[in-house]
Amino acid sequence: MHELSIALAIISQVEDAARRRGSAAVAEVRVRIGELAGVVPDALTFSFELAREGTLLADAGLEVEIVPARARCPSCAVETLVGVPPDLWCSHCGEPLSQLLAGRELEIAEVVLEDAGTQGGTQGRGDGRSGGSGGSEEEAEHVPGR
Amino acid sequence: MCRVVDLRQAVLAKNDERAVGLRGRLAEHGTVALNLMSSPGSGKTALLEVLLERALERGVTAAAVTADLATENDARRLAASGAPVKQVLTDGLCHLEAGMLSRHLDGWLPEGTRLLFVENVGNLVCPASYDLGETSRIVLGSVTEGEDKPLKYPSAFGLANLVVITKTDIAEAVEFDGPAFHRHVQQVNPGVPVLETSARTGAGMDGLLDLLLEAADGAPVHQPALAHQHQQHMHNHDEAAHDGDEEPHHPAAVPT
Repeated sequence: MHELSIALAIISQVEDAARRRGSAAVAEVRVRIGELAGVVPDALTFSFELAREGTLLADAGLEVEIVPARARCPSCAVETLVGVPPDLWCSHCGEPLSQLLAGRELEIAEVVLEDAGTQGGTQGRGDGRSGGSGGSEEEAEHVPGR
Repeated sequence: MCRVVDLRQAVLAKNDERAVGLRGRLAEHGTVALNLMSSPGSGKTALLEVLLERALERGVTAAAVTADLATENDARRLAASGAPVKQVLTDGLCHLEAGMLSRHLDGWLPEGTRLLFVENVGNLVCPASYDLGETSRIVLGSVTEGEDKPLKYPSAFGLANLVVITKTDIAEAVEFDGPAFHRHVQQVNPGVPVLETSARTGAGMDGLLDLLLEAADGAPVHQPALAHQHQQHMHNHDEAAHDGDEEPHHPAAVPT
């Protein structure tokens, strides 16, 4: 259950991206998650909704696109859906499928940003972050809600 | 007014970037890291006790970092081998991350260490997502855990460079179906080497150490099919890696 870590990583990266682009609020985040990424979408959504409070993403929705796992057979070039748990042997010719084409994604695809001025400045705790937490994990962020 | 921005950032890009950096730093010092992953109670520590002892007997410099949510019990056990050992308390976090490991190695890892064993938090889910800069990821499954474990935890077993079956001395007593376990491992990770070991009897331990030393000497390590896509991604991520801070952490929910 590392979805909260993942949610915090998403929020931190999206906040940085929004700030760099002069946006004061994020309306939506679209992520792509491979079915073999080891992340449970419901748990991620739950974590995201907890973790977004007090950030530029406070009102942001999270849209999760599940990416099916696909592989191509290096021998016969047939592409197959490998399923979960994956069966990484070619159902066509019986050779191992050494090339996974999709299914391990864990990426922020798009964000929908509100342009500065259109929202009443949700500052959040964002500005405090540059203060640096070069320290140990003991002092890392804990579950938000503060 | 809203605008849609195409980001395409890997969520764990920061960790991946740090792992690449750590791997490079270790290589400069002639050290290879071995990331040991399993459920709680699969025998990581028992395996390491024997591996450290045998490595020292052969004159190989080995050290170990062991991660747990709490207690220093494992470090005490491993230190009996005479090898340098460091306990990392994750303070509730369910996995190790590259930056965290790197900080613990700073100023501690003895110069000239050949093999650095990293005993991850006992958990087959979360640690699988985090590259620690290891040369080989070793996933353990004990004979008491059931033959379908590789199917239940396909990310962990599917990303292994090497799979080790532990506690084989009691395989018969617990009616372990070896062929089924092997079949399931191969289903999610075709071609991955699987070694059978018993820390209690010592069976398979020298073979395992041989394999690790070969990998340390640059012998090619098995590349899992599941890792293929990930490696391609590594070439794609952009600005995320330069965004500074830590990957955020959270207190672990109890891994199941």
